[in-house]
Parts: sequence; C-alpha cells; structure tokens
Amino acid sequence: MKHLMIAAGLLSATSAMAADKPQLTVYTYDSFVSDWGPGPQVKEAFEAVCDCELNLVGVEDGAALLSRIRLEGENSDADVVLGLDTNLITAAKETGLFAPSSVSAEYALPIEWSDDVFAPYDWGYFAFVHNADTPAPANFRELAEGDTKIIIQDPRSSTPGLGLLLWVEAAYGDDAPEVWAGLADNIVTVTKGWSEAYGLFLDGEADMVLSYTTSPAYHLIAEEDASKAAAAFDEGHYMQVEVAAKLAGTDQPELADQFLEFMVSDTFQQIIPTTNWMYPAVTPASGLPDGFDTLITPEKSLLFSPEEAAAVRDQALAKWLGALSQ
Amino acid sequence: MAGRAQPVSPWPGAGAAALVAALILGTLAAVALRAETSAGFGPADWAALRFTLVQAVLSAVFSVALAIPVARALARRRFPGRRALIALLGAPFILPVIVAILGLLQVFGRAGWISEVLGLFGLSPLRIYGLHGVVLAHVFFNLPLATRLILQAWQEIPAERFRLAAQLGCNGTAMFRLIELPMLRRILPGVLAVIFAICLTSFAVALTLGGGPRATTIELAIYQAFTYDFDLGRAALLSALQLALTVVAALAALRFSQGDGFGAGLDRAIRRWDGGSPLFDVFWIGTAAAFLLLPLAAVVISGLVGLFEMPALVFRAALISVLVAAASTAVLLLLALPMATAVATGRYGIVELCGILGLAASPLVIGTGLFILIRPVANPTTLALPVTALVNAVMALPFALRILVPAAQDVVTRHGRLALSLDMDKKTFFTRVLLPRMQPQIRFAAGLSAALSMGDLGVIALFADPHIATLPLQIYRLMGAYQMQAAAGAALLLLLLSMGAFWLLDRGGRLHAET
Repeated sequence: MKHLMIAAGLLSATSAMAADKPQLTVYTYDSFVSDWGPGPQVKEAFEAVCDCELNLVGVEDGAALLSRIRLEGENSDADVVLGLDTNLITAAKETGLFAPSSVSAEYALPIEWSDDVFAPYDWGYFAFVHNADTPAPANFRELAEGDTKIIIQDPRSSTPGLGLLLWVEAAYGDDAPEVWAGLADNIVTVTKGWSEAYGLFLDGEADMVLSYTTSPAYHLIAEEDASKAAAAFDEGHYMQVEVAAKLAGTDQPELADQFLEFMVSDTFQQIIPTTNWMYPAVTPASGLPDGFDTLITPEKSLLFSPEEAAAVRDQALAKWLGALSQ
Repeated sequence: MAGRAQPVSPWPGAGAAALVAALILGTLAAVALRAETSAGFGPADWAALRFTLVQAVLSAVFSVALAIPVARALARRRFPGRRALIALLGAPFILPVIVAILGLLQVFGRAGWISEVLGLFGLSPLRIYGLHGVVLAHVFFNLPLATRLILQAWQEIPAERFRLAAQLGCNGTAMFRLIELPMLRRILPGVLAVIFAICLTSFAVALTLGGGPRATTIELAIYQAFTYDFDLGRAALLSALQLALTVVAALAALRFSQGDGFGAGLDRAIRRWDGGSPLFDVFWIGTAAAFLLLPLAAVVISGLVGLFEMPALVFRAALISVLVAAASTAVLLLLALPMATAVATGRYGIVELCGILGLAASPLVIGTGLFILIRPVANPTTLALPVTALVNAVMALPFALRILVPAAQDVVTRHGRLALSLDMDKKTFFTRVLLPRMQPQIRFAAGLSAALSMGDLGVIALFADPHIATLPLQIYRLMGAYQMQAAAGAALLLLLLSMGAFWLLDRGGRLHAET
C-alpha cells in the first residue's frame, strides 16, 4: 500500500511542480482526456497561452459527468465542465450550478445557437454505420421491413442510445412505438455502451451499428480504410451538440472565461475532428481535414431543444421499453 | 461448540469483518444520506428484480451442476497438461467484461465460429441472444470457479477414505454415495450462493447477451438511477435490495451446508481404485475445455496482431495494474486470513456473511459512497489507486473466504485439541500450524485475487486521473477511440499478466492439486 502511495505520488508529481501557477480544473468525459482524445493537445495548446495549469479530469461519459457535478454540488473542484450535450442542458441548468458566459462565435452548426450558459465545441449526426459494399436501407421504415441486422446502445446507459431514442421520437412522434415494434426483429442486441456495440459490429455480428456519420472518417483517415459508410436516412438525422460551461462556484472565473473563448478558437477547433471524430463547432480557417468531405450530409437535421428533450425523454424511454420488452 | 476453548483467537477476524461491513454499509449509507427526492421503487424495478433473480438462480444452478462432473473427472484422472489445464480454466473469470463478451460472441455469436460451421452445412446461425445466452455467458464466467472450489474439496478428502472404500470393494457408485456425496452436500450450498451473488450484480453481460431491455438487471437500474435520473435514493434502495438478496442466499447456504468433514488423514497422495471407463471423464474434461478455451482462443487470436501495435502507454498502464493487484492481494490476505480463522472457530458465521457482502455490493455504490466520504478530507483523484486496490480486495474477499474457510475449519478440527492440550498459545497456533497447513489455499486465494484485481475495471473510472490509468481502463479508452485492434492487443497482455500472476502465486496450489 505504501509503495502504491509513493507511485501515485510520483505520477502526480508533474502536476505538483507547477503549483505556483493558477490552476484551471476542467471536468470532461473519459474519452476526451484519454491519450487518443483531444485532451493532451488541448492541454498543451492552452497552457502555451494562459500562463496557468490546465487540469483535465475525466469522468466516464456525459451523463455520469453531470451526476458527478451534482454530487459535488457548490464545492465542486471544477471550474469548467466540458462534455454535456443538449439533452442534458435542462437538467444541468436546474441545478443552478452553472454560470452564464459571454462566449460567442460564428458557429458552423446546422441550427441556430443562442444559449447564454452553454457554448458548443463540437457536433455530429447519429447514423447507422455499415460496410460500404453492402446496401443500406433509406429510412427506419425500410430498415424495419427488411432483414438488416443492427446493434444499438441502451438509452439508459449510453449517449448514442439516448440519441437514437430521440431520433425516432423526433422523426415519428406518436408513431414511434410502432416503428420500434417494427425494428425489434432487426435488433441483434442492445449494449451498455458504444464500445461494445462498435466492437461487435467490427467482428461481423451485425450489418449496421448505431454510431455517428463521422465514424467512417476515422477508418479513412487513421486506418486508410474506405470500407465503412454511414447510411443516409431520409427522415433526417438526429444531432448531438456537445457543450461546455463555467461553474458558478469557480474560483478562477477569468481563466474559465479564457478557456471557453479558447475552446471556440481555431487552435482548439483544429484539434477536434481527428481526435474526437466530430465536426468542430466553428470551422477552422484551414477547413476540415481531408476525408471529411467524403462523409454523408443529411438533408434534414433533427434536434429537440433542451426543454423539449427533457420533456419527451421519459415517455420516449417508456415507449422504447414497452416495444422492445415484448 | 459454544463456550469451548479455541486454539486460535477469533477477534482479529471479527475486527476485519467489522471493517468490511463498515465499508460496504457505510458507503451505502453515504449515498442514501446524500439523496434528495426519490422516485422510489417503480414497476420497471420489479421486472428488473424478477429477471435478475431468474437469471442468477439459473446461472448458479447450471454452473454448479456442470462443474460437478468436470471436477470429479479432474479429481479422478491424471494426464499430461492437467496442471496447465486447471490453471487455464480459471482465465474467463478474470477477463474484463467487455473483452470476455467479445471473445464469447466470436465463438457463439451470429457471425461466430460455431455459426460459420453451421453455415457450411446450410444451417442457420446460432441464436445466442436471450435468457439462455445470459446463462451461457454466466456459466462461462463461473464454471471455472465452481470447478476449482469443488475440485479443491475433492482433494481434501483424506486418501485413507478412498483406500478403505476400495478395500471394502466399493464400486464407483458406492464410492460416490458414501464419500463424495456427503462432501458435495457440505460444499455445494456455499458455491451456489457465491455464484448466485456474482450473477446478481451482472449488468453489461446480461444486457448484451440478453438481447435487449428484457434483460434489465438491478445493477442496470442502479446505473440508470445514478446517471440517467440522478436519483441517489433509488440507487441506494436498489443496492440495499441486492445486499438483502445476497444475505438471504448466504444464510440459506450456511444453513444447508451442515455436515461434518472427514476427519484427519495422513496427507498421503490420493489414489483412486474406482477408475472404470475413462470415457465419461474424458467427455466432461473435453467439453469443459472446449467451452472455456475457445472464447479465450478468440481473445488471443484477435490480440496477436494488436500486440505489436500497442502504444507504450499500455505498458505503463500494465505496470500500474500490477502494483494495484499486488497491493490489493496484500489487503485481501490481511482481511481474509483472520476472517477465515474466526469462522473456523465455529461461532462466527456472521464473519463469513460480512465477507460475502462484497460480492453483492454494487461497485458503483461503493465507489460513489467512498467518493462522498473521502471528498471532505482529501482529493479523491489522488487516492484513485489505493481506493481501487481496497475495493478490489473487498470484491475478491468472498472468493478467498470460500477457498480458505473449509481449509481453516479442517486444521482447527484436526489439530485444535492437540494444540490446546499442549497449551500452545494462540499466536503460535496461527503462525506455526494454521498458516503452514493452509499454504496451498492461501496461494490459490492470493492468485485468484491478484488476477481478479488485475482484470477488473473496479472503481478506477469513477476516480480517474488522466495520468494514472490501469490496464482495463486503458483498454476501454482504446476501444472508445476506435482502436479496437490495439485494445485487443492490450486485452491479450492483460490476460497474460493475470494468468502469470495467478500461475506464480498458485504454484503451491497446483503442487497440492497434483500431490
């Protein structure tokens, strides 16, 4: 145990060395801070301009992140939270723990952005990813009628899972239960998170997997593999907009504002596409990386406002559970 | 036995049990007290409870029922590679859940090996998703544990009993009825209870193999209460329900596993004269080996390519995991040895009950509770590794107790009276008699705990610091970053490390298993 403490101490010694500089603590989801995520580059780039130390703390996923903030309450160590999405904004605001900010930018979002607390840093469309050499259905009804097999994530434990729930709700409303009932025999299984689902898809367990329209870009750019494609659905695609905000209880309000401004700047936005594999909220001057031009662009963008999302979430879940538990 | 003098003191064990109970109940209370308004228990929770119970009972029954012939076959036969096989059979138990699911489905899935072979004959692919899939996966995880626990009991039957039975002309059936059945009646309730408790807290496995929300377990409902609803009251309530179910199962096991042991033997090597036709035993060993090793082979094959693509960070994570596993094993032995001793003195069934709680405690609740408790006094993130080691030790405790308790009881029964009549002091009995005689079991428990701790994600994700990731966490991160191949390589490394740790520590156990 003692050796372990020493090891832990040594490993965190790097952060202790810069203790005389002001510290900015940003809570985010785990894949952001991972060595393959945007975290390491963002930290280096921000520290080069802020004369501070940026501590990125990873907490599982967006939903768990909000739970952590609620758990810590007003005494939270966090100055900024980065990684919630529009579906969580209403619940986040209800806590009263977040403060407005003056961040604004020329957002490249397909929708108008006017929230005064949360600022977007990236976005994407949910989509079913399939092998490019196999035909894909053109919408949910065609999918339900055919025998294409899909793997999806559980909306109760996964962000894409919740996205799909709201996608069907936004596209079909009252007809959603009927659509889900039709999809039941297409669904191979429902997984806890994205990783299990995507791993099973790559192993050939299903024809399509719920992911993002940007997923094929990863295979194309990082693996030079053009074999994956996202299926374009003519009902439109539900969006995910990922956001960040300053906490009201921060002891570094100016630094927090500086970070949020940095977040919508070119430096940060350039890092996003090939580390988080999402569209940057503000298109950097250098444009999108090569390969992003091959992605499908949905004709219609679907997104509930934060208030609508909060209002329909529970009944949409009940419909989903009802249709798939038969 | 109440009131009788004991050769060894039960108090350190009672203290350790109190610590464990305080940790589990204290974290639960911390979560409950932090709750605001709560939706309480809904109809969906009843459905989850029903499914959880059904799958846990079926999984426990099938795991144990299949383990009996496998353990008997292994106990009766000697063949080259037997030791390696016994060690390898333990591997499914220590794999991180996500890796095991992928391995299992590469064999049994729609596009799995078996379905491919079926396809060659024009047959439709295997339909694995459903309650039967959940049970299959749980048997995959728990058959090895059940087999090892039962095999151990088999090998603790004194050789003299078999010799006597053979002299009296007992055939295989009579031998089973007279010697083996009483042993099984003594040991099986405990094994059933442990596996039932493990399956009670299943989440990702049950959901994925169950094929959808029909397979919602209590643990999923706890997760949902924490993250989707942030309803801490409901999370605490559901977690308390899990604990209560485990306590009921454990009490039933304690009640039904009455019966005396076989008394002392001279520690001779066991020889069996009831061999009969080896076909039956070959069938069981072969089937179990194929069932358990094929998915492992899938993990190894997918990992081989990735093994050379792994970033250097994976090796640092591996080092951290080894340190955590070592610390966790040390903590485990400090808790388990006094507790097993206390149980062996006969009056402290409650001590074992405290130990088994570790199985039923939701890691999410323990982690969150610890987070709430630690936060006012220290930064939880800097304590991520010690906390992970501690929680891993508590989670491994029930297994260690199942391994250690029967052996400790045996030593106290066999040598206790002599020690008392020699006026041997309690400390000497513990260090000079009990510990040396329990060495094989201690090594097995330590090996299992080290391997489990290495492979378990535990609570590290709740406390994560980007700079200190364990190997399982790094595997999840690689997968989350689309790097499935490197993740598979890291999973293979984890498998090798876990098996290595197990092999190293359990060496004495294997020598014992061989005699």
